[in-house]
Amino acid sequence: MNDISLAVRRFIGENFLFRDDGDAITHEASLLDAGIIDSTGVLELVSFLETNFGIEVQDDEMLPENLDSIRAISSYVARKLEARKVELAA
Amino acid sequence: MCGIAGYFALTPRALAPREVLGRMVEALRHRGPDDGGIYYDGRAALGHRRLSIIDLAGGRQPLATADGNLWVTFNGEIFNYVELRDELLARGAMFRTKSDTETILHAYEQYGPDCVRSFNGDFAYALWDRRNQRLVMARDRMGVRPLYYTLQHGVLVFASEVKSLFAYPGVRAALDPLGLDQCFTFWAPLAPRTAFKDVQELPPGHQLIAENGVLKVQPYWTLQYPPRSERRTLGEAQAAEEVQALLADATRIRMRADVPVGAYLSGGFDSSATTALAKEHNGALRTFSLEFEAPELDESTYQRTLVEALGTDHSALRCMRGDIAQSFPAVIRHTERPIVRSAPAALFLLSRQVRDHGFKVVLTGEGADEVFGGYDIFKEAKVRRFWARQPQSKWRPLLLRRLYPYLGGLQSQPAAYLEAFFRTGLDASDDPLFSHLPRFALTRRISQFYSRELRETINGYNPLAELRESLPREFNAWHPLSRAQYLETRCLLPGYILSSQGDRVAMAHAVEGRFPFLDHRVVELGAALPPALKLNGLREKYVLRRALGRELPRSIVERPKQPYRAPDSESFLHAAAPQYVETLLAPEAIARAGYFEPAAVRRLVAKCRKPHGAVSAGDNMAFMAVLSTQLLHSCYIQPLI
Repeated sequence: MNDISLAVRRFIGENFLFRDDGDAITHEASLLDAGIIDSTGVLELVSFLETNFGIEVQDDEMLPENLDSIRAISSYVARKLEARKVELAA
Repeated sequence: MCGIAGYFALTPRALAPREVLGRMVEALRHRGPDDGGIYYDGRAALGHRRLSIIDLAGGRQPLATADGNLWVTFNGEIFNYVELRDELLARGAMFRTKSDTETILHAYEQYGPDCVRSFNGDFAYALWDRRNQRLVMARDRMGVRPLYYTLQHGVLVFASEVKSLFAYPGVRAALDPLGLDQCFTFWAPLAPRTAFKDVQELPPGHQLIAENGVLKVQPYWTLQYPPRSERRTLGEAQAAEEVQALLADATRIRMRADVPVGAYLSGGFDSSATTALAKEHNGALRTFSLEFEAPELDESTYQRTLVEALGTDHSALRCMRGDIAQSFPAVIRHTERPIVRSAPAALFLLSRQVRDHGFKVVLTGEGADEVFGGYDIFKEAKVRRFWARQPQSKWRPLLLRRLYPYLGGLQSQPAAYLEAFFRTGLDASDDPLFSHLPRFALTRRISQFYSRELRETINGYNPLAELRESLPREFNAWHPLSRAQYLETRCLLPGYILSSQGDRVAMAHAVEGRFPFLDHRVVELGAALPPALKLNGLREKYVLRRALGRELPRSIVERPKQPYRAPDSESFLHAAAPQYVETLLAPEAIARAGYFEPAAVRRLVAKCRKPHGAVSAGDNMAFMAVLSTQLLHSCYIQPLI
């Protein structure tokens, strides 16, 4: 598990599961289906990603495809960070 | 309005001494500060605390017939007592007082226990029929007035409030895990269950008859809707006329009192309508309202518009953030159950102001949303049902944006997530609880904070399954709106709206609420109306607006529904919050009480405390659930503060 996944898992464990057993959720599980992130919870998640990873989540990126599992979130953040690196290099 | 208590030996045996009754009645003094009385005959003991409203001089209780064979202790009002009295006089009854209480005795003499069907009112009473050695207890149809009981070694012990039962020897307070689980699903336990083990609540519309050593609890009234297939050809104009006439009469009989009657004015349509109707009977009507610091909760602009339009003599109470936390321990002592919102605390403060102004009775607009289809949950269910027919539709869920305009957090959500939330149970459109599944699921998120012990005790109990099993046989034949109305009227109205947010916080200061929309004739008419006259498209309370709208300013009539709310966790998590909050939420206190997981609560509190971040509805409810349960435990089980 990479650093992004660990940080995301920890955030979800503390803020939505309120328990130490953040491990109880699998990498692929849908956070919506499991009732872990509710309709306003996604705004908290986005705010965490922006603050913690220094990325900007665009409105049209707030989609379950990007944000509905730890794996999806980690990949999304990794893509955003990669894109920023490319931008900076250019 | 009063408090009642007593006990009755199911079979002849030595009864607890009358001092016990004295202590039980004393525990209800707040409900009836004006007078008190006791009847005791060795088999039955009836006690009463009185708030004098009708027949100030002659209405003392317990009251008996001239021959001393019937005794009654009664809390509430029989609003149609004037008409009933005439009817009973014509049948030869001899009245000794002018009180509504005496109509119960004479009606019972005439009709037996079935007399309850002739009462139009908000009542809870216990009647001792000495000749037949029978005790009859009854409660009004909608559950306005409370009545609890427990069995203790063959003795039926009853009271208006649970705290009074604890004054009876051997009745011990312990919270009921299943009652808690219901609170954290439906916002209140469903009668007969209560938050306390072995304590039952007589359900609304039921009576209890104890005789020959047997105790029977049975309904005398049930809420019914016509089958969906039935086409009622009631025109809009005729329906509006019927609604107007009936509400005018329901209000008229609710103005009956020998003390002045005031009214609550929230700024919404319902209380404005009842106030306008009441004004016709009392030109100098006094109104009361709440104001809040937070602009999204405050309705004072609308209240002022109404006061000006209706010409009432008005007092407003500005509820400050600190006031809610300060009063909350007393509020929970009165609600006798955990609550998931702070709103009852503000009404507790308002009733104190009403009493300080010398008023004992207020009319309110409660019930209009249940009876005439006003709540957003009805619209939500309609949109979800429409969407469920084409689950892949991209534009159908966009209608969800039209719901809850007052919830900024919800409005700012990305469409995909709004859609995902309301998708809860979308594939279960034939589930009888379809309309309420998202709300129940949101509230049940509180269960993630349960301690291991609580989880183990609950042991897989499913309150939704129990509710499904208890629905009337004909439920599935009703229109979806009727089904949603039924669930709302059964699950939220009696236990939360009329109890935690109604009777308990009003009677804490000896103030009686009266509800014209909950006159059973109005309820029955509302149930029989075609659904489109209630929720027309997405326009709520359609026929009601037409019936009463012309009496009110346009800005009020056209105003979208704004539910009454007060600040939740933020009321308790600021620098000046009272010390008890920190003490009760500390891990040691959470562990000592044993209902919740200390580490989970610590994280929840830290999250709610974070500056700059709106606390979600789910987190706010969980916070309120934990704090109120801790207070309840500390008040009734074992002091924690």
